[in-house]
Amino acid sequence: MNELRDWTLEQEGIVYQACRTCEARWYFERCFCPHCGTAEPLRSQASGRGTVYSVTTIHRAPTDAMREHTPYTIVLIDTDEGFRMMGHGAADLRIGETVRAGYRAITGKLMPFFDREQQ
Amino acid sequence: MSWITGVGLTRFGKLPGSTTIDLMSDAAALAIADAGLERRDIDGVICGYSTTLPHLMLATVFAEHFGIAPRYAHCVQMGGATGFGMAMLAHELISAGTVRNMLVVAGENRLTGQSRDSTVQTLAQVGHPRYEVPLGPTIPSYYALLASRYMYEFGIGPANLAELAVLMRRHAGMHPGAQLTEPITVDDVLASKPIALPLRIMDCCPVSDGGAAFVLSRSRTNEFGVRILGAGQAHRHQHISALGDMAATGAAEAMSRAIGQTSFKVRDARYLAIYDSFTITLCMLLEELGVAERGRAAARAREGRFNHDGSLPLNTHGGLLSYGHCGVGGALAHLVETHLQMTGRAGTRQVKDASVALLHGDGGVLSSHVSLILEQLQ
Repeated sequence: MNELRDWTLEQEGIVYQACRTCEARWYFERCFCPHCGTAEPLRSQASGRGTVYSVTTIHRAPTDAMREHTPYTIVLIDTDEGFRMMGHGAADLRIGETVRAGYRAITGKLMPFFDREQQ
Repeated sequence: MSWITGVGLTRFGKLPGSTTIDLMSDAAALAIADAGLERRDIDGVICGYSTTLPHLMLATVFAEHFGIAPRYAHCVQMGGATGFGMAMLAHELISAGTVRNMLVVAGENRLTGQSRDSTVQTLAQVGHPRYEVPLGPTIPSYYALLASRYMYEFGIGPANLAELAVLMRRHAGMHPGAQLTEPITVDDVLASKPIALPLRIMDCCPVSDGGAAFVLSRSRTNEFGVRILGAGQAHRHQHISALGDMAATGAAEAMSRAIGQTSFKVRDARYLAIYDSFTITLCMLLEELGVAERGRAAARAREGRFNHDGSLPLNTHGGLLSYGHCGVGGALAHLVETHLQMTGRAGTRQVKDASVALLHGDGGVLSSHVSLILEQLQ
C-alpha cells in the first residue's frame, strides 16, 4: 500500500480505487464503494494514460500564486483505467487526443501535467 | 398549494455602503408591502447564505434586525440553486400548514463587500478540495470545461453561446434596475477579455450587490393570483470530475418531477426563467429541459423566440448575465420578474402572455437542480 505514489501527497503518481465486489472504479478517495457500499476498496496506481475529455485555458487565476502562471490549461482526462480526473495540460491539447501524465511543480506544488505521448 | 402574494427586488450593481442585512431588509420590506401584509403577518423566514456575512444563523440574525418573531426560520445553502430551492421548501411548508406567510429573502453586497479575488477564491471552493482546487481552477473554468465538451459534442461554437449574452443584454436594457445595460453584439462578446477559454468576460455574469425577496402564502392576499403548482429537484454529482453524461446533468429529471405534479407539459410554457450564470449554463439548460433542440438554443435565440415579444420570452429582466448576480438573490430576481410578468406589471418589458411559467436553477457545476412551475389565475 505504502508504495503507491499520489500527486495529492506530493508524489509523482495517480491513485484510484476499485471495488472488491462490483465493477466500480473511482478517483476521489473513500473507505467504501460509492456504488454498492462495500468496505475497504482496493487502491491502485494508474498508468497516467488517457484521453482528453475537455479542456480550458485560464486567463483569470484565482490566486496571486497562480496568476504568475497564466494563461494555463486545465484538462479533464478520461483515464485508461476508467475514471475521470482533472489536471494541467499542454496549451494546444484538443478533445479526443490521447495523453500521458507527467509532473510539474506549479506554485511549488507537484501537479499532474498531461501531454501527448512521445513517439 | 401556495400563492406568491408579493415580490421585492432592489437595483443590482455597485451599491456602496450596503450590507447583506440592509439589502435583505430592503427587499423584504418591498415584498411584504407588495403582498399587502404587515410585518407581524410573516410567521416564517427562509433566507439564503451570504459570502460576505457567513453567519451560522443568518435567518435569525435577519429576523431580529428586521423586527419579526417567526415560528419557523433558517438559512438554505444550495449554491446557485438556493433561490428556487428556498421557493420549493416554502411551497412544501405552506402546503403542509407549517406557516401561513413565508418570507423568502436573500441579499448580499458581493461586489463592494469584498475584493474580487476573494469572491473568485470563495466560489472556486465548490471544486474538490484535494483533487481539483489545488490545481488552480475557477468557477468560470469549470463551466468552460462544460462548454468545450458541449460544443464538441453538439457542433456549436463560441458565436452561438454569444447570442445568449446579446439577448440577456437586450432585455436588461429595458429594466431600470439592471447592472449592465449597454447593448452588445456577438462580435463584442467574441472580442471581450478571455477568462477561461472558450468563455470570455461577456459569457460570464457580473458580480453584484443586490437583494430580492418574495412572500409565499397559504391564501391569496390580493388580486395577483400567482401560485406554485409544482416543484422538483435532482442532485447527481457535486464536482465536475464526477459529472457523468453532459447531456443529462439532472435538469430534465428535476423538471420532470416538477411538471409531473401539474397537468402541464414543457410545451405549455408561456414564459421561461432559467439560470444563466454563464452563456453555456443557459444553453445547456434550455436544451436539456427540452425548450430547444440539442445544439439549437442559440439559433432559437437569434430567431427572436426568447425575446420579450417572442413566442417564449426568457429572463426578460436580463438574467444573471446582465441584470446581475449578487449570489442567492440572483435567481430570486428571475422569480420576481416572472411574477411581474404574470401580473402585468413589467412595463415596457411586458410580455403578451405569461400565464404558465417554467423556472429552473442550478448550483455548483450543474450539480444541484431545482425546477418550479408557476401558474397565474385571473
